[in-house]
Amino acid sequence: MELIFEKSRPGLHAFSLPPSDVPEYNGDQLIPRHLRRSRPAGLPQVSETEAVRHYTALSSRNHGVDSGFYPLGSCTMKYNPKINEDIAAMPGFSAVHPLLPAAAVQGCLAVMYELDQALCRITGMAQFTLQPAAGAHGELTGLMIIRAWHQQQNETTRDEILIPDSAHGTNPASAALAGFKVVEIPSDADGCVDLQALRRSLGPKTAGIMLTNPNTLGLFDRQICAIADAVHQAGGLLYYDGANANAILGQVRPGDMGFDIVHLNLHKTFSTPHGGGGPGAGPVGVTEALAPFLPGPLAVRQSDGTYDWETVHHPLSIGRMKAFHGHFAVLVRALAYIWTLGDEGLREVSETAVLNANYVQASLRETYDLPFNRLCMHECVLSARQLREQTGISALDVAKRLLDDGFHPPTIYFPLIVKEALMIEPTETENKAGLDAFILAMRQIAAEAAHSPETVRQAPQKTPVSRLDETAAARHPILRWKPPAEADQ
Amino acid sequence: MHGPEFLKYTKNHEWVDLDGTKARIGITDHAQEALGDIVFVELPEMDSELQAEDVLGVVESVKSASDIYVPLSGTVIAVNQEVSDEPELINQDAYEAWLVELEISDPDEVSGLMDLDAYEAWCAEEN
Repeated sequence: MELIFEKSRPGLHAFSLPPSDVPEYNGDQLIPRHLRRSRPAGLPQVSETEAVRHYTALSSRNHGVDSGFYPLGSCTMKYNPKINEDIAAMPGFSAVHPLLPAAAVQGCLAVMYELDQALCRITGMAQFTLQPAAGAHGELTGLMIIRAWHQQQNETTRDEILIPDSAHGTNPASAALAGFKVVEIPSDADGCVDLQALRRSLGPKTAGIMLTNPNTLGLFDRQICAIADAVHQAGGLLYYDGANANAILGQVRPGDMGFDIVHLNLHKTFSTPHGGGGPGAGPVGVTEALAPFLPGPLAVRQSDGTYDWETVHHPLSIGRMKAFHGHFAVLVRALAYIWTLGDEGLREVSETAVLNANYVQASLRETYDLPFNRLCMHECVLSARQLREQTGISALDVAKRLLDDGFHPPTIYFPLIVKEALMIEPTETENKAGLDAFILAMRQIAAEAAHSPETVRQAPQKTPVSRLDETAAARHPILRWKPPAEADQ
Repeated sequence: MHGPEFLKYTKNHEWVDLDGTKARIGITDHAQEALGDIVFVELPEMDSELQAEDVLGVVESVKSASDIYVPLSGTVIAVNQEVSDEPELINQDAYEAWLVELEISDPDEVSGLMDLDAYEAWCAEEN
């Protein structure tokens, strides 16, 4: 399809303004020369109709959870209830400015205070900051709190963060960004943290450990209390990566497992749009001892029932992590979701998410390999290793073939410790008929790999574009459109 | 057959070509096969002083990014710019596409490397 730049024709536009009735100023006289453009910005010139058609066409080529099944492991692509949108669009939320005085935005402050309270109840933490813009931003916030805590304890040599080899790639990246050294902890035969290896790595340099529980294999680490004790005894703190919190809603709380810091991805667990529909939000909660380190300001409820920004400035706070108050409209949606479902509804979320993942695992374990033979939590990790050995068809080929059946593929080649990994997270919002259709497609692809592997290798055929050359795209990326004359140079 | 017999190997799937106190280092054919199409290689600066087990660089494929570890301590005396410019050279011939050359500082560390038989046994065990 044509890019909007290729549709551009000089003189086309999407506005029609009446003659100006105020004096005109020449911009050249108002703006110093060195701040002015030397040539026009090169924006496309199209009519309003064309602009709307262009973006509508693009959106119809997209695959979202509103168009089909989206079992992208570790991403929790659940249905986003439309009532959240109605509430976030209310003018009291959507037409306010962050600099309005607290008295004029009592409803907004109440939303932030109540969300903090709700997340504390869900996680067992004492207080949350709602500023972080996404999961990895929450990780960075948590790690900066870990650093600040140790500095306040005069433990300035603690510069190592322990991270299991099954972790999300953001964990070591965030730790490195925060200035820590990363120490990798191997997994044991069960796919969980190798406790002996962990104990060997703990010491006077340990600042903390980052864990996801259930981990990226979809397995709950049953030794979590022993892990927490060992890390605490060594003087370290425990960070809970909430990427997989959908598995534990209403069942168990990170605070009760011994975690000191938690981030939650509102855009995963609490049904706010993501994957092109963002932005996200990654609130960070901490224990009471760490609360003074949180970024401020925080919304508080006063004794007379009104709300305000916390006026006491904590000298220990790590400082702001985001302009104003984070992605406020996302926070509204998350609170709408939590209050719509209530305690019982949230518990049913995790029960159904785990049931669905186990149904998929049990239905496909004969067709694909199951590297860790245990009940899973909210997602299951299968492997196309034997399929590849027997037919030459890889996890990538399976993923591409699923596109022809109208499914978004699962996450592939992650976690790194599983070869030919297929990581499937159905979420709680898919019914049995939907899961059965996916399971059937996965079985048919395995059968096809045996009798007509070329069909699988050449997939997809029914999508707007066929298989893309990902290697060439990575080796020789074309990052922006250039006018034909410039592109030829 | 996982590689030439005259090379030394590591458990992290690097190969070492020793010539006196000079050592060329690359990743094995087994490693490039597991990574898939390599799209980016990050190598150290000339004259960097490295300790054994330090991160030497990063190889990134369409599937994942992996650290490469330096098996011997030493100073970087040459960096293969061609591989930086054309990472596909590693996929084409992993034993030609060396990454760096070191002037090694502790010849005793060489005894910790594996010969081809030991490396093949390690690959089999890992599988």
